[in-house]
Amino acid sequence: MNIIRCGDTLLFRTPPVIAAKAAVGGKKEGEGPLAAAFDELGNDNRFGQSGWEAAEKYLQLRAARLCLQKAQLPEEKVDLALAGDLQAQCTASGYAMRELGVPFAGQFGACSTMAQALGLGAALCAGGGVRNLLAMASSHFCAAERQFRTPLSYGAVRTPTAQWTATAAGCCLLRPEGKGVSVTAATFGRVQDYQIRDINNMGAAMAPAAAATLLRYFADTHSQPQEFDCIYTGDLGQVGSRMLKELLAAEGLLVKNHLDCGCLLFDPETQQVKSGGSGAGCCAAVLCGHILPRLERGSHRRVLFVATGALMSQTTFLQKETIPAVAHLVELGPIRKEES
Amino acid sequence: MKMTAKEYGRRVRHAGPSSALGRDCLWAFCTGGSICLLGELLRRRFLAAGLEAELAGTLTSCSLILLSAVLTTLGWYQKLAARAGAGTLVPITGFANAVVSAAIEFKTEGRVSGTGAKMFLLAGPVIVYGTFAAVVYGVVLWAMQAAGLPLPS
Amino acid sequence: MEYLRAFCVGGALCVAGQLLIDLTALTPARILTACVVAGVVLSALGWYAPLVEFAGAGATVPLPGFGHLLAKGVRTALEEKGAAGILTGGLTAAAAGITASLVCGVVCSWVGKSHDQN
Repeated sequence: MNIIRCGDTLLFRTPPVIAAKAAVGGKKEGEGPLAAAFDELGNDNRFGQSGWEAAEKYLQLRAARLCLQKAQLPEEKVDLALAGDLQAQCTASGYAMRELGVPFAGQFGACSTMAQALGLGAALCAGGGVRNLLAMASSHFCAAERQFRTPLSYGAVRTPTAQWTATAAGCCLLRPEGKGVSVTAATFGRVQDYQIRDINNMGAAMAPAAAATLLRYFADTHSQPQEFDCIYTGDLGQVGSRMLKELLAAEGLLVKNHLDCGCLLFDPETQQVKSGGSGAGCCAAVLCGHILPRLERGSHRRVLFVATGALMSQTTFLQKETIPAVAHLVELGPIRKEES
Repeated sequence: MKMTAKEYGRRVRHAGPSSALGRDCLWAFCTGGSICLLGELLRRRFLAAGLEAELAGTLTSCSLILLSAVLTTLGWYQKLAARAGAGTLVPITGFANAVVSAAIEFKTEGRVSGTGAKMFLLAGPVIVYGTFAAVVYGVVLWAMQAAGLPLPS
Repeated sequence: MEYLRAFCVGGALCVAGQLLIDLTALTPARILTACVVAGVVLSALGWYAPLVEFAGAGATVPLPGFGHLLAKGVRTALEEKGAAGILTGGLTAAAAGITASLVCGVVCSWVGKSHDQN
């Protein structure tokens, strides 16, 4: 067996690899500190489409096509695409896949979608079920804003704990073997609810999920935080990152090598994003444009990528439910150089 | 995990960056005050033109609504509101902004089921509960009248 | 002088709204609704009319002024038309503002398009 199960963690004996990756972003992303990390950046967040939903579909399609182009792989050779986004009923992914025409299983994990797709994809690769698998996620500020908050021309007030939905998509091509960054383990999180109700403070709602998944992974693998070059969380923002440190400190873990994708994508001083970036596309793009290149260059050898998602809806929020959250983890190992 | 939800909630309340209350209030005061000042300027103009007080007030509101609609369509009202907060929310221009922004935003879902149905998505509750409260007030006055009580001046 | 009064009273009402935004967890929709209902109540208690007298547009332009308009409309209609005025007075008084917004909404939706905030 190529997959060993330890607690909640799946360990891959012959780790699958990320053979290619691509990140596409919008206007604000192109003005931020990670601009150089993107393969393609749009000046206009409409991307020449008629509506914001169509623009997000375009983002995802571009990311997928660029990724396949880099791997020099024709679309017909893709065995499965695991994709998700923030729109209701996962429409950005569905409509992107209508044009790509590959087998598709839609994913929803809110902002944790990328880690969920990567973890599942790695398991499918390791299990011998697929040879070429796409894992991807996207989000679009305008599509999210009009669906979950208020019309874009409405003068709404943003609280300091609120996060800014990134206009971005990231896509990874996974293979059971060959050249690329290896995916050595995956932990699927359990849903946590620490009774946070404030829809403008998702970071605080999701931090317990990130902490819980990290603790399970450390226990399952008998490892320590300092063994990793970096622990990247997806979209906790500044408030959530602070809360994660406090939660881990209460468990006796002092984590000094933590970075958050939501804090990396934008400059909090100049870009008016309040607590930081968020959205399924945020950590997907940071993974593809920033984290994976570091592993490829060898400046990182072993990192944890933990993406968190808040699992409420507009309806449950209005019904005064608290916000449950989940976090999925993938361990990304050193690059494998051998050609298969 | 060791930290309880209760303890966590307490820490979250202390961890959040607090709003810059002084700056927010100054912006709200100046922007809101300016909109009202503009309203007063218009009202005086209308009164000077010989209009009666009630009509002058109505025309003032309508002028501000029109101004807000134009700024909303250009996308400028949102930019001002990002700083002004309640300064642009509380005046009647904020009400017009809520109606016009929703009308524009949801036109992609059609003229009837988009613009028509969702125009009062944000402004509807204001009309509903304002009118309802006024009716309650009317009923109270009516009951007092029927009981032969003197109406409060 | 009347302009200064309009500026200060209007500004103060907005600051009250800002304090609710910053210090409470109330959503803007709730704050606006509360503003209008507060206007109705203050008008019913006879406190809002003197403020309008004092500050002019400073008191009528902010949303509590909208509540005052509704309450005043009901009161006047009740005196003039009897009980039926309870149902007609409020919206009749507010008709111009609501209709103007509605017409602006429809016309602007023809010419305007959704603006990106990025």
